[in-house]
Amino acid sequence: MLSWMAWTWPTALVFIGIFSAMAILTVLEIRHPGGDERRGVLGLTTTRGDRLFISLLGTSYIFLAWLGIFGLPLWWPLGIAICWGVFCFWKV
Amino acid sequence: MKTQNQKAWLFVLPVLLLVAFNAIIPIMTVVNYSVQETFGNNVFFWEGLGWFEQILRSERFHAALGRQFLFTALVLVIEVPLGIAIALAMPRSGFWVPVCLVTMALPMLIPWNVVGAMWNIFTLPDIGLLGYFLNHTLGITYDMTQNPVAAWVTIITMDVWHWTSLVVLLSYAGLVSIPDAYYQAAKIDGASNWSVFRYIQLPKMKNVLTIAILLRFMDSFNIYTEPFVLTGGGPGNSTTLLSIDLVKIALGQFDLGPAAAMSLIYFAITLLVSWLFYTLMTKDDAR
Repeated sequence: MLSWMAWTWPTALVFIGIFSAMAILTVLEIRHPGGDERRGVLGLTTTRGDRLFISLLGTSYIFLAWLGIFGLPLWWPLGIAICWGVFCFWKV
Repeated sequence: MKTQNQKAWLFVLPVLLLVAFNAIIPIMTVVNYSVQETFGNNVFFWEGLGWFEQILRSERFHAALGRQFLFTALVLVIEVPLGIAIALAMPRSGFWVPVCLVTMALPMLIPWNVVGAMWNIFTLPDIGLLGYFLNHTLGITYDMTQNPVAAWVTIITMDVWHWTSLVVLLSYAGLVSIPDAYYQAAKIDGASNWSVFRYIQLPKMKNVLTIAILLRFMDSFNIYTEPFVLTGGGPGNSTTLLSIDLVKIALGQFDLGPAAAMSLIYFAITLLVSWLFYTLMTKDDAR
């Protein structure tokens, strides 16, 4: 039924990752409502969802920039992206 | 204990379903295409991130992206101040209000491909009203099918004609919502017209202007139909904007993998600029 979508395991895992993160945020929101709103180092008022969005958007740019400038392999940008995600949830 | 009514979620459900079918599922499909190669018949071969690397390093992509940013920048720089100026000049009450509003709304009611066709005929040097007038009456050589500068002037003018009204109507809505008391206070203080605009009208229009600029950015950055019908991306590649190039790759060359990778990069740019813009414009409100 889904063959027209041309699924592959790596892309499926990416989406499973994103949807799992959203599910975790939903559970957190039900347990601790209010979105854990705070004003971070960038001067932005962010909730947990905003921080996930900023992490993911930043991650895509880190990978795209690395691909455009250096090309494969992508271990370094993976490391940078993880650091960026940690930074977002910790400080932003 | 405080009881909460969760029924609101049910009302959101139809929108969620609609967005899933018209946005999320297609984007997931594009992500899947972007890492594969296909020759049709629903048969796919794994390609990895090669298409992204190829697109990000291609001169053709850089050129189209540059043209796209130039187009959007020019459109915003012209349409936003012009829209505000027209809104300020419009009457706030009386007989002429509906006349102005309907006149302003007219260009936006015309379908995009018709706008392209209209301006195409309008600017043709031999039979078009504007083209003929410029070439044969004023003696200015103007041919958007031959001269890149003329083609650019035409697509920008067309977009300004089509979409400035949106900025006008939104700004006007912001202006009429300002209570008279503000103007009276300004008059008592002896404020100049510029001060009234700078300290009363502009701050009160901020929210609608945010929406107007955001909409104009997204629409002009993703524009396809009007320039495609008007110039077809020519002469040469001079008006081949990102969307026109994308369709050439996807449908003209049937390179679905590179086209999917390019769409995702295109999407990431639109998303980042929109987010940055919205965040910066609404930053002060959250304080």
